[in-house]
Amino acid sequence: MSLTEQQIERYSRHIILEQVGGAGQEKLLRSKVLIIGAGGLGAPAGLYLAAAGVGTIGIVDSNKVNLSNLQRQIIHHTNDVGVEKVKSAENKMRAINPDITVRTYQTRVNAENISDIIRRYDFVIDGTDNFPAKFLVNDACYFDKIPFSHAGILRFFGQLITVLPGETTCYRCIFNAPPPANAVPSCSQAGVLGVLAGVVGSLQATEAIKYLLGIGDLLTNTLLTYDALTMEVRKVRLNRNASCPLCSENPQITELKD
Amino acid sequence: MNFVKAKLELEKLETGAILGVLLDEGEPVRNVPESFTEQGQEIIEVKNLGDHFCLKVRRQK
Repeated sequence: MSLTEQQIERYSRHIILEQVGGAGQEKLLRSKVLIIGAGGLGAPAGLYLAAAGVGTIGIVDSNKVNLSNLQRQIIHHTNDVGVEKVKSAENKMRAINPDITVRTYQTRVNAENISDIIRRYDFVIDGTDNFPAKFLVNDACYFDKIPFSHAGILRFFGQLITVLPGETTCYRCIFNAPPPANAVPSCSQAGVLGVLAGVVGSLQATEAIKYLLGIGDLLTNTLLTYDALTMEVRKVRLNRNASCPLCSENPQITELKD
Repeated sequence: MNFVKAKLELEKLETGAILGVLLDEGEPVRNVPESFTEQGQEIIEVKNLGDHFCLKVRRQK
């Protein structure tokens, strides 16, 4: 693959970078990233991955855009209220960059369908908004050994970690199982600063791009926490859990379950 | 864009090979050699040919 004149101009700011170059940009164009959830986190991630020229971007969401989404889900516009989120997201990603292929999955991931979806990708971004889904993404990526970025946001607080399944700390190394229902409020109950989604979702896209390029230090074995009120950013070192129910030598979880 | 295109040409060469680049005076001849140096490439020479310059750069990495 060699870059066209238009691509050279479009990606010039990437090509200039010592760690990217033409070779790196071509790698991105050959890469495939899946974003699960076209909401607060998936929205900025999708926009930046499209801008970066990630050649194939998958986007999964079962919902339609509603008015309360627009405070933070910046890939959706007022005219998109009532439109399927994956369609809305696809339109904006391709408007930024017609070079890329966008595959839409108008569905909710579950134990039956997630493996077939994620297997086609090099990296997964967890943009889901509920704990059962986050554990499902973690488990599915572990069984298929697909690197992924986990993140979560609530109120003014965000966190993220990158997982290389079987090699680095997974989500279940930190949190054994989902919390009891209603133990932790959702964004619709507790609220969330809209721009927080932009910051954290963009960090997830950053991790995806670094992984694809093979550059920099990933947030593996490291939980990054961000407090938007105090602007405190912390990196918490987390080793793999020898008793992890999923990725340890004696796993209790050996198959996907909803 | 001068550096971008020159860098893409250099990437096509093996390590140790030398690329010749013709550059206009002014910003191109000021910036391109400096950018290559910053990225660890070796400038062999920058020759003034009158109305333009010839840069020779060796690929180091």
